[in-house]
Amino acid sequence: MSQKNPAISKGIDWSLVWIYLLLASIGVMAIFGATYKEGDPIVQTFLNFSTDYSKQLYFFGVGLVLGLFILLTDSKFFAATANIWYAGGVFMMLLVFPFHSNIKGTESIIRLGGFNFQPAEFCKICVALALAKYLSRPDTDFTKTRSQLIAACITLLPAALAIMQKETGLALVFFSFFLVMYREGLPSGILVIGFAVAVLVVATLLLEKNTLAVILLGLGLAVLLIMRRQIRRNKSILIKIILITLGCILIQRFGVPFIFKNVLAKHQVERIYSTIGRDVPEEYMKGEATVDDKGKKTNTADYNVKQSKIAIGSGGVLGKGLLKGTQTRYGFVPEQRTDFIFDTIGEGFGFVGSLVLLGIYLLLLFRIVTIAERQRSVFSRCYAYGVAAVFFFHIGINIAMTIGLAPVIGIPLPFISYGGTSLLTNTILLFILVRLDADRQMVLR
Amino acid sequence: MSVFNQSRSRVIRLIFLLSFVVIIAQLMNLQVFSSKYSQLAMDNAVFPKIVYPERGIIYDRKGRAILNNAIMFDLMVTPVEVKNFDTLAFCKLMEVDTADFVKRIRDAVFKNGRMRPSAFQSLLTPQLQARFEENSWRFPGFALVERPVRVYPYNVAAHLLGYVSEVDKGDIERSSNFYRMGDYIGKNGLESHYEKVLMGQRGVKYMIKDNHNRLVGQYENGIFDTAAIAGRGLRTTIDVDLQTLAENMMANKVGAVVAIDPKTGGILAMASGPIFNPNELTGPDKGKNYSRMLLDVANPFLNRAIQGRYEPGSTFKPLGALIALDEGLITPSFGYPCPGYYIGCGIGKPKCLHSGGGHSANLRNAIAFSCNSYFTHMYRLAADNPQYGGVKKGYMKWREYLNGFGWGNRLGVDLPSEDRGFIPDTSVYNKEYRGSWSSCTNLTLGIGQDKMGVTPLQMANAMCVIANKGYYYTPHFVKSIDDPQPEDTAFLNPYKIRHEVLTHIPEENYKAVMDGMEDVVTNGTARIVRIPNIAICAKTGTAEKFTILDGKKIKLDDNAMFVCFAPKDDPKIAIAVAVENAGYGGTWGGPIARVLMEKYLNDTISKASMADYERISNTNKMPKHLKRLQFKTDSIRARQWFELRKDSSYIRKYISTTVSPFNDNSLPLQPAAPVRPYSSQTWLAVLPDNRNTYSTQPVARNRA
Repeated sequence: MSQKNPAISKGIDWSLVWIYLLLASIGVMAIFGATYKEGDPIVQTFLNFSTDYSKQLYFFGVGLVLGLFILLTDSKFFAATANIWYAGGVFMMLLVFPFHSNIKGTESIIRLGGFNFQPAEFCKICVALALAKYLSRPDTDFTKTRSQLIAACITLLPAALAIMQKETGLALVFFSFFLVMYREGLPSGILVIGFAVAVLVVATLLLEKNTLAVILLGLGLAVLLIMRRQIRRNKSILIKIILITLGCILIQRFGVPFIFKNVLAKHQVERIYSTIGRDVPEEYMKGEATVDDKGKKTNTADYNVKQSKIAIGSGGVLGKGLLKGTQTRYGFVPEQRTDFIFDTIGEGFGFVGSLVLLGIYLLLLFRIVTIAERQRSVFSRCYAYGVAAVFFFHIGINIAMTIGLAPVIGIPLPFISYGGTSLLTNTILLFILVRLDADRQMVLR
Repeated sequence: MSVFNQSRSRVIRLIFLLSFVVIIAQLMNLQVFSSKYSQLAMDNAVFPKIVYPERGIIYDRKGRAILNNAIMFDLMVTPVEVKNFDTLAFCKLMEVDTADFVKRIRDAVFKNGRMRPSAFQSLLTPQLQARFEENSWRFPGFALVERPVRVYPYNVAAHLLGYVSEVDKGDIERSSNFYRMGDYIGKNGLESHYEKVLMGQRGVKYMIKDNHNRLVGQYENGIFDTAAIAGRGLRTTIDVDLQTLAENMMANKVGAVVAIDPKTGGILAMASGPIFNPNELTGPDKGKNYSRMLLDVANPFLNRAIQGRYEPGSTFKPLGALIALDEGLITPSFGYPCPGYYIGCGIGKPKCLHSGGGHSANLRNAIAFSCNSYFTHMYRLAADNPQYGGVKKGYMKWREYLNGFGWGNRLGVDLPSEDRGFIPDTSVYNKEYRGSWSSCTNLTLGIGQDKMGVTPLQMANAMCVIANKGYYYTPHFVKSIDDPQPEDTAFLNPYKIRHEVLTHIPEENYKAVMDGMEDVVTNGTARIVRIPNIAICAKTGTAEKFTILDGKKIKLDDNAMFVCFAPKDDPKIAIAVAVENAGYGGTWGGPIARVLMEKYLNDTISKASMADYERISNTNKMPKHLKRLQFKTDSIRARQWFELRKDSSYIRKYISTTVSPFNDNSLPLQPAAPVRPYSSQTWLAVLPDNRNTYSTQPVARNRA
């Protein structure tokens, strides 16, 4: 045994482990700050598994044990079993359909004994592994469209299943894997197109229909004028420009309304409009407007974000201190131990505290990118980028939604939000990376 | 394979960095540059709870609390906690029906939400409170909450003290938003006049509330709290014993009694009939009692001592005498022939009760026997005083004297809505008689009639002026305020000023008048008032009264008026009594004054006076026409209600019990019927309970 120990710790990137321990501890503290009830004996409630913060502490412990197991595992195991992981993950997601339990409007959770298990969350690991496996195959030529499509399918299959389980937020997470593909040679044009479509959709929501159509036509004409020399040489450019313009107008006039009317649920529409600060237009209203007991129209999404902004804003530069935040202590912020856990930091520790947390996260992401780039094997690099992409998406969207920059899609803040599945998934994601990195000189297939 | 893509790692880092920069920029915006969020969070979570101070207490001259604070209980309900609830048992216990129960719960939810307690029933009766306390464990969600109320241990002084009630919109506006909805404010009486002193200073407790608006604790351990400062007590000059006697004697009468200490202007007792018990305006039946009294045509809320305007009648005569003496028109030995009526203007009026026999041989006798001719002449002498040239100037001089006594102006007593009384000036007569009138026109002013009207308080004040030989202190109730503050002077200083209004009148003139007033008691019209060993100066008065009912002028029973002060040489009490529809001033006003004087000067009441006291207290002298008037007002109101709401439940009782003035069942078809002028007889027949006793009286009187 004494001989093996140095072997385990050899090559391990301790900075990642420290960051992990730091973040998970901040998480337990934040949950304590959000849910501690005045007068409870602190030590006792921390240990008796009855409060959220004590549960989180236990999950932290379980995570550490899991992490240790992963470090003890051979790196090759992950490369070798990646496809099995993927198959297993998808299988579990399929199991959800007959066996899910009804919790808060989601159909993505299976109850196992006393625990809620969310396969969609777990599936992120599987996709990260499988995508890495596929991209690192010797016979994968990622410059070919076919390979790109297969990679996209691997990523988007769980996303589709998640949407069917009414977990739009988690489904969106899977899109973050395009960052991996981008690193591996996906044409940057696709990212540009994706960004352009996003801008078009937002513009559709913000601007009046006909105004936007006129603007788009104007843009098309401007491009025609600028490129008239090339067009003279090559007529197909003209057709492309006309098609793109028409496509944009089609998306704006029919595509977006179709999605808002038929695909998105009522609360999602409300949240999106709440983010851009508009009332939901009547054509997208689904059913009755939510009305409070005084007969005023209310938008719960609006209320949540407003309260969240009040919480964070009232923290000021230095914050009110742990357990002193009135917004988080007295229940004004909804879901404050899970999706809105950042409010506890923002209110309790202010701008300085938020900045420190963001700094730690940025350090984590940059460190992962650095680690990715030093891998000899493509599998490890792809996997590392996958982890970075998932973390980035979670962190960015979660914090952005608490400060009103993104619509409220219920995705947790990695390592900090309350929730066993989330904490353990992220722990496994991270420790597999640490394990692979320890063998960075090895070539894994 | 993808080594050439290594540059993309930098793009990815850039994406990470830019996203974080955007997030940090928004955080800066929220946390560093926006200041509104702290305020919003405070508004969310911190609730400034107003702590109401205990209202000040009002004491009588001997330090007895006439008005005190007590605790009653409101029954509160927190709708969300009403579970596993035996509604039927609860309704039976608390005497509500189930439909009402459901409605009240619904109202509570609507008003304050399910989580917060709201009032289910305010001001429980002691019985209900006890019943609930015994069974409270059976009814989760219900709890008793203390609520301070005013109580009146002696059951007296309703008119003087006023009452407290929740502020209305007008109060809030008038106070420029100092008061808030739900605050209590003194209405009427001393409660209103001394509101600033009695209310104390509100405190604020900052409480933390949660997202359901439940209070969960103190904010910052209360370091921002301000304590409430209790209202200060008022020390009044009221004598509760006297007040009780006075009020009891005014029971079932219309009128007023005022007793003043002439040396200080402090009011010893002030009663206004019909009286009511101040405790009726606190407690659970407050609203019911309030509206009942509000609709009573006898108007029990009116404080007739300061708001009732009476013709002083013969009680004016000592003043008339003083004026004539001071203007040098007569001397005390002046005599005037009286054959039983006034001869000066050739109309044979006014009549006089006595004729000849020396009852008007000098001032003293004239006062003692209340000679109408004599004092009519006094007035005419004053008005036609050649010194001023012309009746108008002479009249205005005469009027100036009355103003000096405090008549025709507000005295400035520390109660709201004091009446100024009415002493007409020449313009009134000029208008009525187109400028040509003489002292014969309004000669009855000399015997306190014509257009003259004064409040009982002003009558008593005039007695103070005579007793003090020319000065008075403004009548008032409050002599000091507990825990004196500099700003109290605004309240109290006006009552420390000695108004030397008529001190220029030589003392012998006062003496002459007082001698006459003393004779009134010893051998004149008020012999009934005599008290052994005390020299009392008094004057009786009787004023005719008319009213118009059903389009007819009806002569009512005379108003009994009485004024006095005693002891003559060292005056300690001055009293004015006015009892409407009672008859002679001596018969009704005199005994009332005697009871009060005995009690105040001797601290005991003689047997004879006790008998008088019992007799007067138990006599009903409510004017009889009031019943008729009440019926009329009520039925008209019922009619209006019917027309407004198509609800005939009120009007039915005015037509159903007896022969209907309308055709059978034709009520809805005769819209204007009840407000038409009816013949009295038809309508009087509709009064079921007093048909025999009262029905034809006013009519008979009218014919007489």
